[in-house]
Amino acid sequence: MPRNRTARPAVLGFPSRRPVPSRSSLRTSSVLRRRIVVGVLALLALALITLSFREPDDGPMHGAEQAASTVVRPFQVAVERIARPFRDAYGWTSDLFAAKGEADRLRRENQVLSQQVIQNESALRENVRLRALLDYVHGPEFPADFSYIPAEVVATPPSAFQQEIVVPVGMNQGVRLNAPVVTNDGLVGHVTRVFSNRARVTLITDEQSAVSAVDLRTDAAGIVEHGRGAGDTLVLSQVPPEDVVKKGDEIVTAGWQAGGLRSLYPKGIRIGVVTSVGLTNTDLYQQVQIEPYVDLSSLHSVLVLIPKTPGAAGP
Amino acid sequence: MSDALTVGGMIVFAALLQSAVFSSLEVFGGTPDLLLVTLLGIALLRGSVTGAVAGFVGGLVLDIANMGTIGVSSLLLTVAGYWAGRYGETTGRDRTHAPFLAVVVLTVLTAVGGLALHYMLGEDVSARRALFDTLLPTLGLNLIIAAPVFALCRRLLDRSGARTVHEVRVLG
Repeated sequence: MPRNRTARPAVLGFPSRRPVPSRSSLRTSSVLRRRIVVGVLALLALALITLSFREPDDGPMHGAEQAASTVVRPFQVAVERIARPFRDAYGWTSDLFAAKGEADRLRRENQVLSQQVIQNESALRENVRLRALLDYVHGPEFPADFSYIPAEVVATPPSAFQQEIVVPVGMNQGVRLNAPVVTNDGLVGHVTRVFSNRARVTLITDEQSAVSAVDLRTDAAGIVEHGRGAGDTLVLSQVPPEDVVKKGDEIVTAGWQAGGLRSLYPKGIRIGVVTSVGLTNTDLYQQVQIEPYVDLSSLHSVLVLIPKTPGAAGP
Repeated sequence: MSDALTVGGMIVFAALLQSAVFSSLEVFGGTPDLLLVTLLGIALLRGSVTGAVAGFVGGLVLDIANMGTIGVSSLLLTVAGYWAGRYGETTGRDRTHAPFLAVVVLTVLTAVGGLALHYMLGEDVSARRALFDTLLPTLGLNLIIAAPVFALCRRLLDRSGARTVHEVRVLG
C-alpha cells in the first residue's frame, strides 16, 4: 500500500495530498540514468585503453589520437606561454634555493674531503716512516742481539730544558729501564722511566745524557753530550788532540764492554755527522761539534730496543 | 547549455594547464594535480553525472596532450568524478570539510588506482615512488591549491546561471 504524507500549508489552512510514488519513480530513473552514464563512460574508457594497446602504431585510433593531439597542441602551447613567466619565476626561485642548498652541501663535502686529504697525507707520511723503520729493522745495521718494540711518540719535549719524549709502551709490552731507543736514522735516547703501558725516553740532546761514541772512520773515541748551543747541537767530548776527527766524519755508538759492565747502547748505532772540529793550544781535548742524524724536534715513531739475552746491555 | 560549456571549458583548460605547466612543477618531490582538484570542485557542485562526464573528458584531453595511453586517465577520473559527485549528493552535504576530505581520499585513490592500472597494462611503475615518495607531497600540494580552485569553481559555476543542485559548502 502506498504511503501518503499529509501536509498542512499555513497559508491555505487545509490539508493537501502529495503522492510519493511519483517522486520515487523519478529517483529510480535518476539513479538508473546515473549508473548508465558512469557504466558507459567506464566501458568507453576501457575500450579506449584496449584499442590504444592492441592497435598498431599506424591504426585509425592512433591516427585519431594524433589528430586530436594536433588540435590540442596550439591550446597547450598557448597555456604554456601564458604560464611560462610564472613557471620561470618559480623555477628561478626553486633553482636559487636549490643552488644555495647545493653550495652548502658542497661546502660541507669540501670540508670533509679536505679532512680526508689531510688524513690521507698523514697516513702516507706515516706509511713512509714505518716502511723506513721496517727496512732498518730488517737491514744489516740493526743490532743482531736486540729485538724491538715499535712505538708512536705521544708527547714531545715540553721545553728546551726537558729533552724527553713519552711512548705508549711500557713494562707490559716488555720495555725495560735504560733500553735504547732508535729510529732508522739513528740514536734517539734511552728509557729513563717505565710505567705499565708508558715509558719516558730521555733524548741524547738532554743535558743529563752521555753516550760513548767513536768516529766510524778513525775509531777516535769520545762522549757525545749536549752542546752548549741551543737546539739539537751535540758535541763529541773527551777526544784527545792526537786522535784524528774531521768534518763530515760519521759518529756511531761505541758499544763498549768492560768486565761485567756494558754500554747502554749497542755498537754501531748512528748518532750524527761532524760539522766542525776545533783545537787551541791550551785545550786538553778537541772541540768536535756533531749534528744528529735524527730530527729530534719532530719524532713520530721510534723503536725501543730490547736485548734478546739478559745483560746484553747494562747496567 | 551555458553550464555545460562552462564545465567543459573549465575541465579542458585545467587539463591543458596540468599538462603544460603543473606536470613539470615538482615541489618537494610532488606535483600538484590541478585537473583532479578542479574535477572535484565541479563534481561536488554539479553532482555525480556531471562529475563522471567531466572526469572522462578531462582525462581524455590529458592523455591526448601527454601522448599517453588513451583511456587510462579517463577511467580514473571518471570514477573519481562520480565518487566525488555522489559524496556531494549524499553524506558530504553542508559539510565544510567535504571538499578537503574528497581531495585527500581521491588523491590517494587515484594514485593507487593509477599504479594498479599501469601495472596491469605491463608498464614500468615504481610503487615506492608512487605511494611513498610522491604521494604525501602531492597530497599536501593538492590541499594547498584546493581552496582557491574550489572558490574559482564556485564563482564560475554560479556565474554560468545554472542552479547549484547540491548543498556541499564549497569554499568561496
